Amino acid sequence: MSSQVHGAQKFDKAKRAETVFSEEAMKTVQTIISHYPPEKIKSALLPVLHVAQAEFGGWLSPETMDYVASVLKIRPVEVFEVASFYTMYNLKPMGKCVLEVCQTSSCWLNGAEDIVKYIEKKLNIKVGETTKDGMFSLKVAECLGSCGTAPMLQCGASYHENLTYEKVDTLLENYRAEGKLKSYTDLDYKNTL
Amino acid sequence: MGRKLLIHNDHVPNIHTLEVYRAHGGYASVEKALKTMQPDQVTDEVKKSGLRGRGGAGFPTGMKWSFLAKPEGVPRYLVCNADESEPGTFKDRYLMEKIPHALIEGMITSSFALGAKTSYIYIRGEYFYVARIVEAAIAEAYAAGWLGKNILGTDFSHDCYVQVGGGAYICGEETALLESLEGKRGNPRIKPPFPAVAGLWGCPTVVNNVETIAAVVPIVNMGGEEYAKIGVGKSTGTKLISASGHINKPGVYEIELGITVEDFIYSDEYCGGIRNGKKLKAVVAGGSSVPILPTELILKTAKGEPRLMTYESLSDGGFSTGTMLGSGGFIAMDEDTSIVKNLFTFSRFYHHESCGQCSPCREGTGWMEKILKKFLDGTANESDVDLLWDIQSKIEGKTICPLGEAAAWPVAAAIRHFKHEFIEIAQKKKFVDISHYDRLNKIRA
Repeated sequence: MSSQVHGAQKFDKAKRAETVFSEEAMKTVQTIISHYPPEKIKSALLPVLHVAQAEFGGWLSPETMDYVASVLKIRPVEVFEVASFYTMYNLKPMGKCVLEVCQTSSCWLNGAEDIVKYIEKKLNIKVGETTKDGMFSLKVAECLGSCGTAPMLQCGASYHENLTYEKVDTLLENYRAEGKLKSYTDLDYKNTL
Repeated sequence: MGRKLLIHNDHVPNIHTLEVYRAHGGYASVEKALKTMQPDQVTDEVKKSGLRGRGGAGFPTGMKWSFLAKPEGVPRYLVCNADESEPGTFKDRYLMEKIPHALIEGMITSSFALGAKTSYIYIRGEYFYVARIVEAAIAEAYAAGWLGKNILGTDFSHDCYVQVGGGAYICGEETALLESLEGKRGNPRIKPPFPAVAGLWGCPTVVNNVETIAAVVPIVNMGGEEYAKIGVGKSTGTKLISASGHINKPGVYEIELGITVEDFIYSDEYCGGIRNGKKLKAVVAGGSSVPILPTELILKTAKGEPRLMTYESLSDGGFSTGTMLGSGGFIAMDEDTSIVKNLFTFSRFYHHESCGQCSPCREGTGWMEKILKKFLDGTANESDVDLLWDIQSKIEGKTICPLGEAAAWPVAAAIRHFKHEFIEIAQKKKFVDISHYDRLNKIRA
């Protein structure tokens, strides 16, 4: 089972052996598991995958998925089928800060395309690409529930709303200066509602 | 000023804390229900209130509750649908972010009525920071004894947990949500059985929208009959409307059902009119799935009566001249908007979000996006309009869940009311700004 190849990514046994939650992450995982009846801990899969993605470099490698399966006592394929269904799980390495620009109706009406173009030009990457220094990845996202504060982009747990070019400049500068991996599970989120 | 029951305290500093929420009358419905009422009496009040599901379908909440099977020895669950993903809708986010205890209070009171010892709030993953706010409020509620064992010294005990999703619109469909809550892909289930009989882990389950559950609080406090006095006909009470697009004051507004659409768009109390002095061209009144209407039909019905913000008035005339209240995601577009390109963003959305179980939806949404792209490319011809119509007509009613309809209706309505725009583009009389679409959505990282 553990020698499976997940998608295009090869499975590395040595890397798998090193893949273990930190004590703090494991505590979070145990709390999540406690929310469900003991025989239904598979239910914890989605939230635990978020913890794993934040813990192991911002994406879910085959080794990470295999490890999560062992923690929840389910088969690796049960993890992969979920990880590949939902958009928030990255199945390949990403930049430290993944910029997800909403592109659906209300954001489009308010110039989301211009924001995407501006970031592409500024970072010299296209949608779907990562900057050479591994700092930023640019993605487009479907409706993020920020229609009244459009256009917007999400980076980790933070919502950046009512975007202007100046705001984009500032937030990119700040993220670059910080230089940290941004995850959905971060506690130091910003929101601008 | 219209009456507000849900977000009347949203301006109060620190209303997200238990202390301030309690000081403004919070948790009174729990006290009233647990100390002076039987569970069935709470359900009766909800029935009398005429409350209808606020997530989009508008199904009577009291009736949904009364369908809940109650076999001996089997746990029952209340699940809150906070997977708000319908384009144009952001009201649940606002409510949970500003007044999280309103939802938690509703969860406790509703769970008491349903006999649920455990409840889950399923929040879309992108709203991770909102989940943090709700979790903090839940922790406060536990510490103060509003959750946990023997609440208020009664024999009612209740646990409430938050689960975050992974990013999938389809999980707003209640059976897909339950699959997701069980740690699986969000594939909607075939019904029957309905969740009221076999829901979470096969147990009887009620799934309600955030706003629906929050509305139980004022209903119990004021009584169902009083609540039903607000509104018009079968559209009772208040509704949160998420207003966006080309309006002067986008945001979340609580309205009494029954105000006119014109008042909602143009009065300073609500949207404050169209931005930059432009004229209104079209409105999507209830989230991306509902039919788009041109100005003349959104302001007045085909009979010439003023259109009201109610379930009935908005759907007056059926789909030929009407629309739906839906989730209350109200998107207004000005005269410069390309209806074809806006439709493209919707169709791209539904293609992206189709779970892939049913061929008509999986394939049809992709075809519709491709054909609409031809219009943006400038390579479409007039027969493509008929083809688009044909495809949408073959999705509706042929899928396990309503995502099929949700994808088909916007296409049908755009062609129904704005066919000339498609024709003009096909005849190369008009050019759509193609700027960016070809690079978008290429990746699923």
